Amino acid sequence: MEIYDLTAHELAEYIQKGELSAEEVTRSVFSRIHEVEEDVRAYVTLTEEKAYAQARYVDEQRRAGKKLGPLAGIPVGIKDNMCTKGIRTTCSSRILENFVPPYNATVVEKLEAEGAVMTGKLNMDEFAMGSSTENSAFFPTRNPWDLNCVPGGSSGGPAAAVAAGEAIYTLGSDTGGSIRQPASLCGIVGMKPTYGLVSRYGLVAFASSLDQIGPFTKDVRDCALVLNLIAGHDPMDSTSAPNPVPDYTSFLTGDIKGVKIGVPREFFGKGLDSRVADVVRNAIDKLADLGAIVEECSFPYAEYALPVYYIIAPAEASSNLARYDGVCYGYRAVPEKGEKYDIIEMYMKTRSEGFGAEVKRRIMLGTYALSSGYYDAYYLKALKVRTLIKDDFARLFEKYDVLVSPTSPTPAFRFGEKANDPLTMYLSDIYTIPVNLAGIPALSVPCGFVDGLPVGLHLMGPAFGEGTILKVAYAYEQNTSYHRARPPLQVEKRPKPTVRLQEGGNHRG
Amino acid sequence: MKLSKKEVEHVALLARLALSEEEKERFRAQLSSVLEYADIINRLDTEKVAPTYHVLPIQNVERPDKEHETLPLEETLQNAPQRDGNYFRVPRII
Repeated sequence: MEIYDLTAHELAEYIQKGELSAEEVTRSVFSRIHEVEEDVRAYVTLTEEKAYAQARYVDEQRRAGKKLGPLAGIPVGIKDNMCTKGIRTTCSSRILENFVPPYNATVVEKLEAEGAVMTGKLNMDEFAMGSSTENSAFFPTRNPWDLNCVPGGSSGGPAAAVAAGEAIYTLGSDTGGSIRQPASLCGIVGMKPTYGLVSRYGLVAFASSLDQIGPFTKDVRDCALVLNLIAGHDPMDSTSAPNPVPDYTSFLTGDIKGVKIGVPREFFGKGLDSRVADVVRNAIDKLADLGAIVEECSFPYAEYALPVYYIIAPAEASSNLARYDGVCYGYRAVPEKGEKYDIIEMYMKTRSEGFGAEVKRRIMLGTYALSSGYYDAYYLKALKVRTLIKDDFARLFEKYDVLVSPTSPTPAFRFGEKANDPLTMYLSDIYTIPVNLAGIPALSVPCGFVDGLPVGLHLMGPAFGEGTILKVAYAYEQNTSYHRARPPLQVEKRPKPTVRLQEGGNHRG
Repeated sequence: MKLSKKEVEHVALLARLALSEEEKERFRAQLSSVLEYADIINRLDTEKVAPTYHVLPIQNVERPDKEHETLPLEETLQNAPQRDGNYFRVPRII
């Protein structure tokens, strides 16, 4: 086992005791990055110098006898849609390709204050719109378990980096499943916290009523530790919840006797790969073996979640992305040689050249749903059905502590497999989307394999019920060994990918 | 819901996107199929249901009315595509 294979809590213990220095840990992670990044391509930007400076600072602090933060000296990667002061933040889009934020996102501030070591900025679907990271304007990221497969998305970079040992943990964002689905496809833990638990200040907005930042980690204890660091009220985010934040590690008791678990039958219907269904059913049996009370239940409005999402999310996106007008920051198109343009032509040329196909598609969809004559039929109707979905969850959480389902209907799929049909791609998020609509927390934990590809178990809880989800996930994980599996990425033994990928893949389709 | 080419052109103008002929046709077909799929929500009776704009029970969040430091001018202008002194420069508006 290499240093980069260890979890954050294991490494933190070594660092605190002085058995490993933060610099040694950082060196191990960067040598892993230099070894495998050519194939995985998780990073848009590496911040190696800054990382070593931060690591050395942590080591000095320790030598000086200062108390270190719980994850001080641990290398972390950040999805490239969270602002990092002085470090390019691209959203994997041409329109922000050269954008250097003058401030840090609150989550980045919080991590840095605790002695985090930042490895770099991670690849994603452009503006977090996608489920495969094929929509990055720069390059697709590969799945460390099979380099011919996608890592999921939109946080494909953050998920692949943790799975490949290119970061010990990472931060992603989840609007419809963008943390949980790639965590599932890459065999790691990923959590979307309750809407409002983690500040979104400095997160580039996609759909503001759905977006939430959360961790990717190698195990559940790491997830609880990272959540401890990033959760909490922020005056800079007016949608930040004023709730007190517990110590999430206090829920990791391993005891789930009597915990009531509901299994919505609608999450096991048409479209679910039967091999994934078997793996997830086994995991649910395991929860029952551990003393949980498992019961089948019904979520009648489940089938409406996806259409509701594909009205609300693009509507909010079309409004949020109106800010990319080439005026204050970001790309601005230049007029054709010898021609002049007026401001409207400048906007149109800038946006048409700066955005990729999926982003344009969603802006068009959202603009249509909000336009005069269609607002009531689409947008307002979707908001009302959203209420029905939210109420469905509320009703179920009166009876159950946690709901479980598969995280994704299939394991990782091959590049190009779903890229040409937006609807097929959108179906990848069918089990994760209802959670964002209701604003509740959910987590994906590794629960087995199908043909060597990881499968995730999806645990959903009531608003601010992160503790219960972590408790169930921890008990499951500690009684299985899937979280200890690492992908076969050794340089000599690793099978070379057979699929060739194009740069800038998002300008087709 | 089938979109016409004219509707696609109208929406593109509202969204400030200049689309090629090929893009117009592709978006027309793709948006039509997504909207057709989304139409299943119209099966539901929602007459007595209130819309959910966002899920938190908080409204009208205000900060204390106290002065605080803002971003320095240089940093505010550092990403300007085109700058003129302390102004963002844009093409002619009127």
